[in-house]
Amino acid sequence: MTTAARPDLAIVRRWLSQVPDPEIPVISLTDLGIIRDVEWQDDTLVVTVTPTYSGCPATSVINLDIEAALRARGIEKLRLERRLSPPWTTDWISAEGREKLRAYGIAPPVDGTAADGRLAGRVARLAGTSNLVIACPRCGSTKTEKVSQFGSTPCKASYRCTDCLEPFDYFKCI
Amino acid sequence: MPSLTDVMTADADLARAAGIRTMAAKGAAPEDAFVDWLCRMGDNCLVLGHRVSEWCGHSPVLEEDIALANTALDLIGQTQLWLGLAGEVEGKGRSADNLAYLRDAAQFRNVLLVERPNGDFGQTLMRQFLFDAWHMEMLRALQKSTDTRVAEIAAKAAKEVAYHLERSADLVIRLGDGTEESRARMQKALNVLWPYTGEMSAPDAVDTAMAEAGIAPDLATVKAAWDRTVAEVLAEATLSLPTGTFQHKGGKQGRHTEALGFILADMQFLQRAYPGGTW
Repeated sequence: MTTAARPDLAIVRRWLSQVPDPEIPVISLTDLGIIRDVEWQDDTLVVTVTPTYSGCPATSVINLDIEAALRARGIEKLRLERRLSPPWTTDWISAEGREKLRAYGIAPPVDGTAADGRLAGRVARLAGTSNLVIACPRCGSTKTEKVSQFGSTPCKASYRCTDCLEPFDYFKCI
Repeated sequence: MPSLTDVMTADADLARAAGIRTMAAKGAAPEDAFVDWLCRMGDNCLVLGHRVSEWCGHSPVLEEDIALANTALDLIGQTQLWLGLAGEVEGKGRSADNLAYLRDAAQFRNVLLVERPNGDFGQTLMRQFLFDAWHMEMLRALQKSTDTRVAEIAAKAAKEVAYHLERSADLVIRLGDGTEESRARMQKALNVLWPYTGEMSAPDAVDTAMAEAGIAPDLATVKAAWDRTVAEVLAEATLSLPTGTFQHKGGKQGRHTEALGFILADMQFLQRAYPGGTW
């Protein structure tokens, strides 16, 4: 591809915003905040991606999906780079992405509540008096309880609503 | 599959090679110590990740099965980062996969604690807590490493390990301060595992070289924080700290218990039987 024929980066970003996350297909890779950079280096398009969890099995599928999407748009020279730092945080999930999660039945993350490994307050949590309020994505009730801080994928915790009784996933903060 | 004789011969060769390498490491280029240290970080994650994954499909309740599988997944992911960097620093073209699947027991650098058998659910959780408490402190300190690659991996891993520690501490407290049966099992698990905890914070030449280079913290500071966390959680769990002072060691230098061989036989079988196989 000649330099003159390089698609504008805004267009490339729009293409990437149409690539769904393989595990939670209602949100895109750009909603998830894992596309850290897109740039042209001469005639090569370089896309920098950060992993969500270090062991997330979706990582290799995400890279394949990015490559397939861009090749389908005629990008021939493409390089994917991994960037670890700063580490991915759920704070980077877009406002639009959060609404899509909620509509899909996954409670979006409550910013600033990531585990920090400091065990103070553990007794309060065990007693069920956590001040973290997760609204049920189905009925909106805030009468919910944590079943497990681990869920169906590394990024989710399991909750249940004590009003409508539905179990649901919470996209936990990291 | 290789015959038993082949395996034993190969083992003996590898053990000799490891011995030579250990001797060579005494007058050590800093890179050798660095690679060794990176393998310790990676092998702790790999061996514990494998052990925890053995629970998949066997846990007492579904939520715990998922939690254990997720924990194992995080640890295997961290392994890729640590062993990937070890291969890069070593500069001999070995990938994280090469290091995980093609080294033999004498070249593994994990502490003995993480290779201990799973036992019952309580013993698995107690092992996890004793390791998580150390891992968390280590990763906190490593974020200030003079090597930016180490600091970046530590920052990534610390976010995941914070969840591991909160969960394992919660469960140690619930089961310790639980029924007569659960409390007895947790105390027994603690007594059995305690002699394997000292190795994590007992420095050798590699640890000292890393601390002097500012790559890793002085293990004494990690131990002080570990002591506090463990004492606090075990007190809430109504468990008694064992009083014995004997501590096993050797894992960090490649002298392992028989348990590691069984893990490797399972984990490495495919790459040994079908070298280079992919799926």
